[in-house]
This record gives sequence, structure tokens and C-alpha cells, in this order.
Amino acid sequence: MTDNTNNILFTDNSRLVVEALFRAGADVFAGYPITPANLFYSYSTKRFPLFMAAPDEITTLQWMSGFSATGKLPVTATSFPGYALMLEGINMAYMMELPMIIILVQRLGPATGTATCGAQGDLALINGTISGGLSLPTFSMSNAADCWEIPVKAVETAVNLRTPVVILTSKEEVMTIGGFDISSLKEITRVERKTYDNDIPFEPYKADEKLVPSFLPLGNTKHQVRITASTHDTKGIIQNTSKVALDNSKRLHDKMIKNLSSFTFYEADEQEGADTIVFSYGITSQASREAVQNLRTDGRKVSLLIAKTLLPVPPVYYEILSKYNHIVVAEENFTGLYRQLLFGAVPAKHITGINDFGKMINPASIIKEVKQLL
Amino acid sequence: MNRQYLTDAELPFCKGCGHSLISENTDKALQKLGLNPLDIVVVTDIGCHGIIDKCLITHTLHGLHGRSVALASGVSAGLNNPEKKVIVFIGDGGATIGMQHIIDAAHNNFNMTVVIHNNMLYGMTGGQPSEFTPMGFKTPTLPGGATQKGYDICEIVTAAGANYACRVLGMGDISDKLAEAFSRKGFSLIEVMEICPSYGIKSNPGMKLAQTIEGAELPIKVYMDRDRDTFCPDLIENSKSLIDPGEAIPLQFSSKLKALVRLMICGSAGEGVQMAAEFFAQAALSSGLKATKKGSYPVTVGIGFSSSDIIISNDEILYTGSPKPDILIITSQDGLDYAGNAIRNMDQGLIYLDVSLKVPETKAKVIVHDFRGKVSAKYAALYSFFLYLKQSSVFPVGALVSIFNKSKLAEKMDVSKFLE
Repeated sequence: MTDNTNNILFTDNSRLVVEALFRAGADVFAGYPITPANLFYSYSTKRFPLFMAAPDEITTLQWMSGFSATGKLPVTATSFPGYALMLEGINMAYMMELPMIIILVQRLGPATGTATCGAQGDLALINGTISGGLSLPTFSMSNAADCWEIPVKAVETAVNLRTPVVILTSKEEVMTIGGFDISSLKEITRVERKTYDNDIPFEPYKADEKLVPSFLPLGNTKHQVRITASTHDTKGIIQNTSKVALDNSKRLHDKMIKNLSSFTFYEADEQEGADTIVFSYGITSQASREAVQNLRTDGRKVSLLIAKTLLPVPPVYYEILSKYNHIVVAEENFTGLYRQLLFGAVPAKHITGINDFGKMINPASIIKEVKQLL
Repeated sequence: MNRQYLTDAELPFCKGCGHSLISENTDKALQKLGLNPLDIVVVTDIGCHGIIDKCLITHTLHGLHGRSVALASGVSAGLNNPEKKVIVFIGDGGATIGMQHIIDAAHNNFNMTVVIHNNMLYGMTGGQPSEFTPMGFKTPTLPGGATQKGYDICEIVTAAGANYACRVLGMGDISDKLAEAFSRKGFSLIEVMEICPSYGIKSNPGMKLAQTIEGAELPIKVYMDRDRDTFCPDLIENSKSLIDPGEAIPLQFSSKLKALVRLMICGSAGEGVQMAAEFFAQAALSSGLKATKKGSYPVTVGIGFSSSDIIISNDEILYTGSPKPDILIITSQDGLDYAGNAIRNMDQGLIYLDVSLKVPETKAKVIVHDFRGKVSAKYAALYSFFLYLKQSSVFPVGALVSIFNKSKLAEKMDVSKFLE
């Protein structure tokens, strides 16, 4: 048998993510190599117009912020140890309202842990990244198709809301290789960074109706641009805790919530008559899909919700989950980070977690739990 | 001289602080150079000097403690325009924290001028010593005086590759010195020596700036003035798409696979395990199957175990783990040591084991074969897949032959060796 269509590419998903980011308009990769984010680094050397090998992750975030302030759209990829070093820089970029993409490839911790073992252990860290409880948009991908589509949404969100955005993934999601049908890839439209075009003096932090300020790059010869990481007014002048300055800081969170519906992505596969729902994200999504498929084949009714927008938590997740008598949250960490974030440290009895540490969650574990509930 | 780059506002510094002198002389120096204020980006660090940005009519960027030089490096590379001037104001405290960034910026020769406001202590937080504090110099938290010499930042950046480095006393008119530093292309640094009127003088009564600097063995001089090539981003134009249809795998064969098979191969790093697994997965794809391949290995590159999970299936593959493989191939002792869990989990299935290894206790059927002896350790993994294909017929051996022959390995090894 022969076929000339030849559409199956043998690839890992890092390649899809880098190509999608490039096509969406990301133009600089700055970073420091760390397992298991290395493939992002190596693909980026071949694809991005500008590649900058940073000496460490603190420098990475500073370089990225400098690039973003001049109108570029930078990307980096790291893992927990690198993200930890970036923390203050991410807060700075968030306060300065500088768009950028930070890919966090999770690996097994604590500390250096096992660099070559996947995990889903960093969600609580991301949720707590911005001091004061402000929200940092965070996306997750559930399969190869998402690795093409979600990065574009991440770029759109970063640019449209003028904010750093995190793509949370894990080792097996971006390093496992498989056949991918490239004829299924959708066209990607480049996202442009719009700039302020008016003779009225520019106020770098004066927000529009979407609570997002206009942008002008440093170095432009029309208006002065002031950018600062300290509490500031709409002109970018440092203030103590004046009302206008505090309102500006609170706006950083409010703009995420106000525009959340524009970047809410999920997959709800609800089965009529089901009283149990499996909820998952990232690497555990495929195990959850397999578990639900097998349960249904066995005649069990069960629904599935896959989160792709992790943070801020879209209210629609509660609307969907609240319809079920049993909620099973599957994620590859020790204590159930998303489960605790959604339902508290001591969740109600109808909410259970399937967790594992140091190995991928097996669909059999989810099936066993659901069968026990029904 | 009227101010042209500073507003008319009163400067936000203590009476007698050298920061005021630097600010006024920066304005004067820029006037001498005739730069457009909007061609200038002043990046300020954390510290008393950093609150100057509200008085500037240039672009301003105010970031984190110690990181201003790295932030300015991004700005400089992002602008990539020799007509733009990036100036960094940083204190000796910030320079202590961000020394790596300063060395890195000098090393890369990013286009910027760093003005070190060296008052020999951390002023904003109460007068703690920095690593620039000269030996014997006292601060409120170090009443006995520093016990080591302070950094000579001009020496450091000169060694790192700066185009220009000089030290001046923060007294009188220093605008010509600043203008000289600002006019250099690439990385330039000027260290202005000052005394903090709040903490420096109180802790060291009667001290004189010039004598202190002389005693600290910090010469007032130009350390370096050269014209090394400025950092220029190496821009890649028209890069090739990472999605290349030319790399797609042609569907040339067909498969008799009945149900999904999970294979695991365990061997040693450097013996081609990952590559063999990739060849096998690609051969499955060319036979119309779905296939995934994931690797497991220690962080070391050329030593220890190397393992791969491969799944082949007629239908879409979801979960890609293989805790209980159907087929387990073990080609070395490292592989056998790593495969312990998988062997214990297998209650059926097949284990292909190299003849050099001790047969483990297992419920799976074990097939012993001389993989390593037959084709050498380097090709044992690949050979094992050929054997598995010949025995299982899940897809044609020809599919793997085809993938192998398209690879560079075909130049080194005749595929017939695998088929004997």
C-alpha cells in the first residue's frame, strides 16, 4: 500500500509550540538551558529572528523586559529552578505591564529533584507568583493539537492585556515524540503590538475601557515613556500608597478578571445522566481521556472536564463541576494542587483527588476511583 | 547653564549628596553632546539615586535592585540603534548585587554607559557596607570598619571587555568626564566616588573624600579606552519553518497489528537506545500505525541507563506511560538494573534479554538472544527491534529497513547484518 499524502510528521510537541509562537508574532527567545525545557531552546535557535543565550534566569527576565519595553515580544522556557530565580523579574514585568511568554516545563522536585522525570508540581507557585494575590494568566495544553493552538492564545493574551503569560507544561508533554498530522494545523494570524498614536501627551499607565493601557516603546521620538516596577500613577511616577497608585496596582488584577472570558479555554465532554466528572489538565489530560473512554465502553456514565486556562480560574469550571455528585481531580503531584486551589485544603467529601509523584498518572487509577464511586 | 534634560524640580537628595552633582553634570554633559532627550533611555536601579527618574524628561525605566544593567542590556539590544543612548544609574550596593550583570554587559559590549554612584555603602537602607566599601571605612552597621579592600569595578569591567572605564571624584565639574563616557560606543562605565552625607560622614568624622579614595588604592584615572565592536544582534532572517512537509513520513507499508502494544527497551547510554526506538516508531508510522516514543535516562549524557517506552496502535494513543509493558527488551546490565519495576509488573508478555545477562524472575516469557555479540553493543538496541519485528510481524521488517536506509547510519552499517 502506498500513499502520497505524507502528512505525518514524527515530532515532539516543543517543535509545535515554538513554531506556533513564532507565527503568532513572538520574535525573541532569551533563555538559559535547563532540562526538560532544552528542546524549546534548541528549536528557538533555528526559528526566532533573535536568540539570546542568557547567563542565568535572573538575567533572562531582565533582558526579556528590556526587549518587551522596546516593542519586541520575548519568549523563554524554563523549569522550576529557573522559574524560582525569575520570580522577582516576573513581578517587575507584571507591574511594568510588559508582554512576554514564559514556558514552565515541570519536572520532579523538590529542589533539583529529578530533572528527567515529569511532574505537575508548580501550579501553586504560579498562583502565588504575583505578590498581593494578583492573577497571572496561565495556560495548559492537553495534547498535540493544543500545542499548536494554546501558544497563539497565550501571545494574544500577553499582547492584548499587556502582561507576562505563563504556559505551564511538563516533561512528557513536550519531549515525547509521536506522529502528528500536519494537514490538521490551522493558519495562525500574527498578533501585532499596537502603539499609541495621538498628539496628546502619552500616559503609559492610563487604561482604556478594558483596563489596559496603550503602549509606546522606549526610544520613540514622539512621547516620553516612563516605566517603573514601583507603585506608580498613570504617568509612571513613583508614588507611595496614594489612591491613584493603589488603584493602578489593583487594576493589574482587575484587567485579568474583566477580560477572563476572552482567554478562557477548556474542553467539556459531558455525558447525559453522569453523576461523576473527571477534571484534569496538562499531562494527565490524556490519561483522563483514556480512563473516561474505557469507563464508557464498560457502560459507566462519566463526564470529563479538561482545563486549558488554569489561572485565573474561569468561573465556568465551577458551573460545570457543581452539576455533579462526584468530582475526581487527577493531577501528577503529591497533594492535589489544583484541587486545593479550587476547593480548599480540606475539600468536601464528594471531591477526591487522584495524585501521583514521580510517575505519570495511570488511567487505571482513575478508573478504579470512579468505579468505586458509582 | 539651564537644565535641558532635568525638570526644574528640586532634586530629591540630601544636602551635600554626590547624587545631585551627578544629576546636574549628566544634564550638562548631555547638553555638550546635543542629544535629543527622547533618544535617551535612563535606566535606574534601586537606591537613593533611583528616585531621580521623576525629574528626567528622557525616557525612564526603573526596575529592581541590582538588575538595572541587565534590564538596560535588553533595552540596548532591543533598540539595536547606535543613535540611541542607554544610560544606567546604579549605586555601589546595586553594583554589588548585580555584579554578574555588569561583567556580562561589558563582556557582550552592549551599547550603554553605566554611571556607578559609589558612596561606599547602602544609603537607602541605613548605611550597611557594600563590597565597594574600602578597607577601614566605617558604616553605621560596621563600626569597626571594613576588613577587606573594596572592589575595583574599573579593573573588573576592563578585564571583562568594556570599551571604556574610568573613575572620577564626585567633586566640582565632572560633565566633561561624563560626556566622554557617554560618547563612547559599546559598553562604557564611569565610577563617581562620593560620600553619603547621612551615613558616611557620621560614621567617619573628619574624613576627606580624596584622601579616603587614595587610601583605598583606587586611582582616579581612565582605565580603558578602546573601540571594540559593539554588541550587534545576530538576526536570523527568513528562518525555515520547523514544520517541514519534506520531513513527513511516507505511508508505504501496512500493518497486521490487532491491539495496542506497549514496548519498553532498556539499555545503556551511548548504545543508541533512543535512536533505535525512534527508528522503530517511525517505521510503525510508515506502516499506517499510530506511534509514540518517550525517553527516560539519568541527567548524565554518556553514562548509566537509557530507556524508552514505545506504543504502537491502530487508534489514537492517549496515555503514553508503560508501567507494565507487553514487550520488554533489555540489552545491557544498566538496562536490567533499571527495568526492575517493569519486570515485576509484567504478569504476561515477552522479555527479550541479551545473553550476557542473568535471567530475572518473572511471569513473562523470556527469549534470550545475543544482541551485543552479534552486531556490537552500539547496534544491539536496533538489532533487537529487527528481531522483534521478524518474530511478531506487527508490521513489515521492510519498514524498519527503509527508515534505517534513509539515515546516516546506513553509510556505516549494512542493514543485512540486522537481518541475518
